[in-house]
Amino acid sequence: MNVVFYLLAALTIAGGLAAMLLKHLIHAALAVTVAFAGLALLFLQLDAQFAGFAQILVYIGAVAILIVFAILLTHGAELPRGGVFSGTWFVGLAIAAGVFAVLGWAVLQSVHALPQQTAAPAVTVHDIGNALVGSYVLPLEIVALLLTAATIGAVIVAMHEKAGQK
Amino acid sequence: MTALTSPLTGYLLVAALLFAIGLAGALVRRNAIMVLIGIELMLNAANLNFIAFWRYGPHPEALTGMMFAIFSIAVAAAEAAVGLGLVIAIYRHTNTTELDKINRMKG
Repeated sequence: MNVVFYLLAALTIAGGLAAMLLKHLIHAALAVTVAFAGLALLFLQLDAQFAGFAQILVYIGAVAILIVFAILLTHGAELPRGGVFSGTWFVGLAIAAGVFAVLGWAVLQSVHALPQQTAAPAVTVHDIGNALVGSYVLPLEIVALLLTAATIGAVIVAMHEKAGQK
Repeated sequence: MTALTSPLTGYLLVAALLFAIGLAGALVRRNAIMVLIGIELMLNAANLNFIAFWRYGPHPEALTGMMFAIFSIAVAAAEAAVGLGLVIAIYRHTNTTELDKINRMKG
């Protein structure tokens, strides 16, 4: 547990908290981008270079941009009149606090059962590529199909219904 | 005191806190886009768990946790695309993204 971990953890948690608390949707989108960046740096800190850079590419490069587009297309930049939190916010907060309490309790109870490998894993991107087209080739193909279907589906769902029929 | 000397515990606690924050956001916010952002945070917290267990687990060369995290990132990207597309379609239909006001099943 070094200083870098504490700094990155604080950055990530602060980004997530700010995203959920800020009133303006654009500010929340920027805050969640900070949280994504903190997570990518945590991945790098965990010697998972490929996952870290994939996180930067996919989340900061694509998902954050997609969220900003959705906010702008739905006039989400205007503040709603009734406040940003639902009327029963305390129920949601209680459920989330309960979930965190259970998870934290479980983690702290199992400290001694957790694995403790200290040596950094010697895994290169070459190994990951070999595994992806080797033993993980079927999941890779399924994900390719899923991404294609999701892209086409998203375009069809969000398409204008006017021209011609309906 | 052992809890703070074990690095894996720290990562797991950070992931649990991030998951709780995302869950609170998804349950509490009124805007559909914010609910989707909360879900993304929860997925990311799960990814952090996968990577942390891969790093400190006994067989990192098997790449199981790493692969799970990579596929999870891909599925989360697909989910974000479809989810935000649905939000835009609903906005076009009802002129709002506030979940309290989307209360009709009939178009």
